[in-house]
Amino acid sequence: MIKARYVINRLLQIPISLLIISILVFFLIHLTPGDPVELALPPGASRELANQIRQQLGLDRPFHEQYTNWLFNAMKGDLGKSIQTGEKVNDMLIDRLPVTVTLATTATVISVVVSLVGVFAAIRFHRKTDYVIMLFSTIGISVPNFFAGILLIIFFGVFLRILPISGFVNPLKDPIEGMRHLVMPAISLGLLYAALHTRMVRSSMLDILNQDFIRTARAKGLREYQVILRHGLRNALLPIVTVVGMSYAYMLGGSIIIEQVFAIPGIGRLLIIAVTSRDFPVIQGVLLIVGITFLMINFLTDLLYGIIDPRIKY
Amino acid sequence: MGRVKLLMPGPKEFSGEKRAIPHTQWALFWRKFRKIALAKVGAITLLMLGLCAVLAPYLGLPSITEMDLSQSATPPTWLHPLGTDSYGRDLLARLIYGARVSLSVGLSSVGLSMLAGIPLGLLAGYFRGKLDSILMRLMDAIFSFPPILLAIALVAILGPSAGTVVIALSVVYTPRFARVVRSSTLAESELEYVLSARAIGASHWRIMFIQVLPNVVGPITVQATVTFAYAIITEASLSFLGLGVQPPSPSWGLMLNEARMYIEDAPYYPIFPGLAIVIAVLAINLFGDGLRDALDPRQQRGE
Repeated sequence: MIKARYVINRLLQIPISLLIISILVFFLIHLTPGDPVELALPPGASRELANQIRQQLGLDRPFHEQYTNWLFNAMKGDLGKSIQTGEKVNDMLIDRLPVTVTLATTATVISVVVSLVGVFAAIRFHRKTDYVIMLFSTIGISVPNFFAGILLIIFFGVFLRILPISGFVNPLKDPIEGMRHLVMPAISLGLLYAALHTRMVRSSMLDILNQDFIRTARAKGLREYQVILRHGLRNALLPIVTVVGMSYAYMLGGSIIIEQVFAIPGIGRLLIIAVTSRDFPVIQGVLLIVGITFLMINFLTDLLYGIIDPRIKY
Repeated sequence: MGRVKLLMPGPKEFSGEKRAIPHTQWALFWRKFRKIALAKVGAITLLMLGLCAVLAPYLGLPSITEMDLSQSATPPTWLHPLGTDSYGRDLLARLIYGARVSLSVGLSSVGLSMLAGIPLGLLAGYFRGKLDSILMRLMDAIFSFPPILLAIALVAILGPSAGTVVIALSVVYTPRFARVVRSSTLAESELEYVLSARAIGASHWRIMFIQVLPNVVGPITVQATVTFAYAIITEASLSFLGLGVQPPSPSWGLMLNEARMYIEDAPYYPIFPGLAIVIAVLAINLFGDGLRDALDPRQQRGE
C-alpha cells in the first residue's frame, strides 16, 4: 500500500527540485553577457530608451531581487512579459502548450502500439523473429528523431507527395487535416520510445513467461494464446506503465527538435526563438512549465505503479 | 544445438586442466564478448570511425573549408564521392572530419561527467546518511529534467559553441554516473573486503578509490557506452538546432541542418550526414549491448 507519508514526501520534493532548477537557470542566465534589451531594440535606438525599458522590466535591479520578484510573481501565476514582443508569457504558453501536448500524446500512443511486437520477440526468444525485432529496436534507438523526420519528409513529402511537410492543424477542429499534419512528426518523435518500449515489453514478458503461474496455466491445458494474452501480457504490461509515463515526459523535450523540423508552433519552437534572442522571461516560463509537467508526470507514474503493483511498498 | 553445449560441458571443458581456463576478470569478459557477433561489428565500426577521426588530416582529403559556390550541392561524382555541400565543399571529407567533432565532443562530455559523477556516487554510497541525501537530491533535480531542455538552457546561458555543448552534456549526464556508482557502492560497502580494509586501518579515501572503485567498473563501463551514444545524438541535435557546434566546423548535426534546405532538389544530400550519425550511434549501441551481456552475469544469452 502507498503510505500517506511517502506521498507527502514526494510532493514536497517537487517544489524543491523546481527551486533548484529555477535558481540555477535564473542566475546563470543573468550572470552572462548578452543584453536582451539591446537585441530587442532596433539598431541606433537611444541609450535613454534602453535604460527606460530596462527599468520597466526591472532588469536594472540586483539579481537576487529580480529572482525573488520573478519567483513571487510566478507563484501568483504571472510569468512576466516577453522582452521581444511584450506579449504575456502566460498567454504565449497557453497558445503553444496544447500543440506540444497533442504531438507528444500521439507519439506516445504510436510508441505503445508498436512496442507490443515485443511480445512476439519474447515468445520467439532467441529465434529469428526475436533477433529481427531486436535488431530493428537497436536501429530505432540509434536513429536521431530529427533524421527520422527528414527521412519521412523525403519519402512521403517529396517523393510520394501525399503528406504535408510542415505546419500544424488542430485535429479537434479538422480531424483529417490535423492527422495528416501530425502523423510524420509523431512517428519521428515516437520512434525512439517505440524501440525502447519494445525492449521493455520483451524483457518484462520474458520474466513473466518464466514464472510458475505460466507453467500452471499451460499445465491445466489453456491454449497458448490464452496463456500469453490473459496470463502473460496482462502482468507483463504493469512495469511498462511507468516507462510510458517517463517517456511521455521526455517527449516534451524531444518535441523541441521535431517542432523545428516540421515547423510546428509548439512550446519547443517558442523556446528556441527565445533562446536565440535571449528573451529571459520566455525561457524561464517554458522551463518552469515543462519542469512542472515533467515532475508531476514522474510523481503520478510512481503512484500509479504502487497502485497497480501491490508488491511495491514505499 | 549451441545451447545444449553450454548446458552440458563437453569433453574439452572437462579435461580443462591442460587448457588454460581464463580466470582474470578481463579474460572472462573477453571469452563472453567475442562470442557476440553484432558486438564485434559495433566494435570494429567504432574503431574505424575512431581511426578516421584521428587520421583525418593525413588522408589527403580535399579542403573542408574552401568554398566554391558554383559547385553547390552537386550529386555524387568521382571527384566528390558523396557530392558537395551547400557551399561546394566535398561532403565525404566533411563527414570524415565530422567524426572528429562528434567523437571528441561525445568522449569529452562522457569523460567529464564520469570525472564528476563517479566521486559523487562513491561519496554518497560509501558515507550514506545526510551527505547521501543531499547529493542525491541535487542529482535528482538535474535528472528530473529532459536532458535536451537542460542542455538548451545551458547553451542559452553560455552561448552556442562546441565547448558549451561539452559542458552542458557533462552537467546533464553527471547524475547518471553518480546514480550507478552510488547504488553499486552501497552494495559493495556491505561486503567483507571493505570491512577488512577498514579493520587494517585503510583510510576512507583509500577504500573508496582503491578497493571499491575497481569493483564497480562494470556498471560504469556499460553506463559510459550508453551515455556516449546519447551524447553523440544530443550534440547532433543541438548543432542541428543551431545551438551547438558553430559553422564552419563540420558537425554532422549542423551539416544535416544545412542539407535540409535541399530536401526538394537534392534529397540524397541530407541522407549522408544523417547516416553518419546513425552509423556511429548504432556501432556504439551494438558494442554497448555486447558489453552489457558480457559484463552482467544476470543477462547471459541463451542460458
